[in-house]
Amino acid sequence: MPSFVITEKCDGCKAQDKTACQYICPHDLMALDREKMKAYNQEPEQCWECFNCVKICPQQAIEVRGYSDFVPLGSSTIPLRGTDSIMWTIKFRNGILKRFKFPIRTTAEGSVEPYAGKPAPDFATLKQPGFFNGPARTE
Amino acid sequence: MEKETCTFSYCQKPEVTEVECDLLIMGGGMAGCGAAFEGARWANEKGLKIVMVDKAATDRSGAVAMGLSAINTYVGENKVADYVKYVRNDLMGIIREDLVFDLGRHVDNSVQLFEEWGLPIWKRGDDGFSLDGFQAAEAGKKALKDGGTPVRSGKWQIMINGESYKVIVAEAAKKALQTNREATGMAQNHFERVFIVKAVMDTNGKNVAAAIGFSTRENKIYSFKAKAMICATAGAVNCFRPRSVGEGMGRTWYPVFSSGSGYAFGMQAGAELTLMENRFVPARFKDGYGPVGAWFLFFKAKATDSFGEDYCTNKEYFDDAVARYGDYAKGLGTAIRNHLMMRAMKDGKGPILMRTHEAMEALGKDFTEKLGEKEGKKKMKHLEAEAWEDFLDMAIGQASIWAANNIEPDKTPSEIMPTEPYLLGSHAGCAGFWVSGPGDLPGTPEHYSWGYNRMSTVPGLFMAGDVVGASGHKFSSGSHAEGRLCAKSAIAYILDHPDYKPSPKMSLEEIAAELYLPFEIYEKHKVYTTAPEINPNYISPKALQLRLMKIADEYFGGCATWYMTSKTMLEMGLQKLEMLKEDAAKMAAKDLHELLRCFENYHRILSVEAHARHILFREESRYPGYYYRGDYNKIDDENWKCFTNSKYNSETHAWEFKKVPYVQMYP
Repeated sequence: MPSFVITEKCDGCKAQDKTACQYICPHDLMALDREKMKAYNQEPEQCWECFNCVKICPQQAIEVRGYSDFVPLGSSTIPLRGTDSIMWTIKFRNGILKRFKFPIRTTAEGSVEPYAGKPAPDFATLKQPGFFNGPARTE
Repeated sequence: MEKETCTFSYCQKPEVTEVECDLLIMGGGMAGCGAAFEGARWANEKGLKIVMVDKAATDRSGAVAMGLSAINTYVGENKVADYVKYVRNDLMGIIREDLVFDLGRHVDNSVQLFEEWGLPIWKRGDDGFSLDGFQAAEAGKKALKDGGTPVRSGKWQIMINGESYKVIVAEAAKKALQTNREATGMAQNHFERVFIVKAVMDTNGKNVAAAIGFSTRENKIYSFKAKAMICATAGAVNCFRPRSVGEGMGRTWYPVFSSGSGYAFGMQAGAELTLMENRFVPARFKDGYGPVGAWFLFFKAKATDSFGEDYCTNKEYFDDAVARYGDYAKGLGTAIRNHLMMRAMKDGKGPILMRTHEAMEALGKDFTEKLGEKEGKKKMKHLEAEAWEDFLDMAIGQASIWAANNIEPDKTPSEIMPTEPYLLGSHAGCAGFWVSGPGDLPGTPEHYSWGYNRMSTVPGLFMAGDVVGASGHKFSSGSHAEGRLCAKSAIAYILDHPDYKPSPKMSLEEIAAELYLPFEIYEKHKVYTTAPEINPNYISPKALQLRLMKIADEYFGGCATWYMTSKTMLEMGLQKLEMLKEDAAKMAAKDLHELLRCFENYHRILSVEAHARHILFREESRYPGYYYRGDYNKIDDENWKCFTNSKYNSETHAWEFKKVPYVQMYP
């Protein structure tokens, strides 16, 4: 389901050092037209429809249009990703509307302290089973 | 054909940077993030430098980039030995039981960390119904590590609210890398948007001295010299012609960006492969490839042919399967269920339907009886949201397909379909490298262990996640845990070899010329024709991929032949593949994006070659439902209950094959 960029809404992330969609796309699909200062999907047939560009766009300028080879027109799937949950608005072809809200994380973004409260590694166990923070299960 | 070389007469010379470190982690997916987290903790104490390279942005790279709705491996209250049995049954009897057991005894540690870092995990409520991650916290439910009860969708799977699963895991890995910078004074040890192209061997003829690649954002080439390396750059997707060949080509079941780069790297280093004939053909919701696991296991939906018959219980199909595939058929693993579904489809009984509406109706009835009308309705609404979340967390397009086709799962069944083939080693497949096991498990045969856990047959080159062979069903959590195991043993390897100094066989100039050759070719020839995309002097990355897909599909058992192949078909296909490989020396790129695609597709070609040659070597049909050898359409335990190992020589392009004994370690 290739992502598309709405001309009027995209500002090429000019206030930032790099465009958000280019930064995040796992498949290097989003490109910036430097003359127009607008982003676009340069290889729609390689789009995995992961929606990461849609979720990250600060202007909400990116949406997704169903794959032309099997998706009928007329529906939409729109996420709004917050700090702890995500809202989805799904519009059916026949007009039915569904809204869902799901948790995405239970801690504040950036708050992970990977080694806080964890033991220091014991080099005597380096070649044994287990991780630095605890032994392997035995049974 | 005339050989092209790059002398930078036509294209711009890139800046070349050499990065030296102790441990190089290639790939920033679940396995790479696990390696960074575990590795930094050990490395920091000894002042060892760790570098991680990712071709994308680590927050959203790898197979979990979109998110996941379940963690498929959490052992919990079960026994690790039972996990081994389950994996063995699903992979048709041949697995490395030491690797699988080792994974099983470690994986829960990672899952418990994910929860600690902020991944919402469903818990079982007091009324027996499920609570999402927030509801569980509000109800004061305990964390997994304190004995909290997860919501099991199957014996090994637990449900999560996993939209941000990868973001959370990446955060821990990035912080871990930061601690390593602080401990060692390195300015940069996390390279995003850098694509590793190949291994450069050491002048000692044994180790891999450097991994070379380029930035996909600027004209910059990198040579990462390291004492040990972890290869965690995933399986191979978009190698066989997919069922959707227009825009839908991108809607692969596994990530479309898994380009076989992990297989190619190890092959170029001469690492031994095992079971590369294995593949996975998932049966998924048609076109959108949304997950079916929760529908089967959690919602208890049934899949039938269009006449309502459960194809798995069709006597004719089942008896034939037992006659050909013996007791393996009775285990009804994923491959056999696929096989039986295909039988029904070939008899014209399709479409195959997942009867979501009947499952929802049964659940609704059950809820009303247990809870009364009002409370039952409320629970059903929660259940409906859970069904949609299953798609929205990991295969969003499938939700869009329902919406576009006016499909409400409680009213209408949905089609399911076997997909195009995928090469991988962490999901329900086991194609990858032959690696050393931990060595401490009772009954481990000698040929399973050579000192460092998860090290390939190339000293200092470790494998994690999809590229490890004979050890499937790790999934996201297992890949993270395996990355951690790799990092720990790589640190041990580095400490045991303090005098090793990488000395690459190629100079930086040679590296730059090889990596930028597709630019040179494009710039040299582009003016010859009026339309640069049609030019007899070079091949575009898109053309490389389309030719590969057609060969794989038609000769190596893709959808086109109902997954059927044979010695004669394989040999013809391999001849065509050989020419494609030669033509790859003329691949051309007009920009960095195409340069990335050129080498990704070259990696796909190598992966598929290994796959086809392995299928040719194994003269039986070990994985019916995934592929068939028409000339040997049965399972032949007497001759083939063994590993099939191979080695590729990247200089002579020669292959060596051998059988390696399988040892059953657990009853």
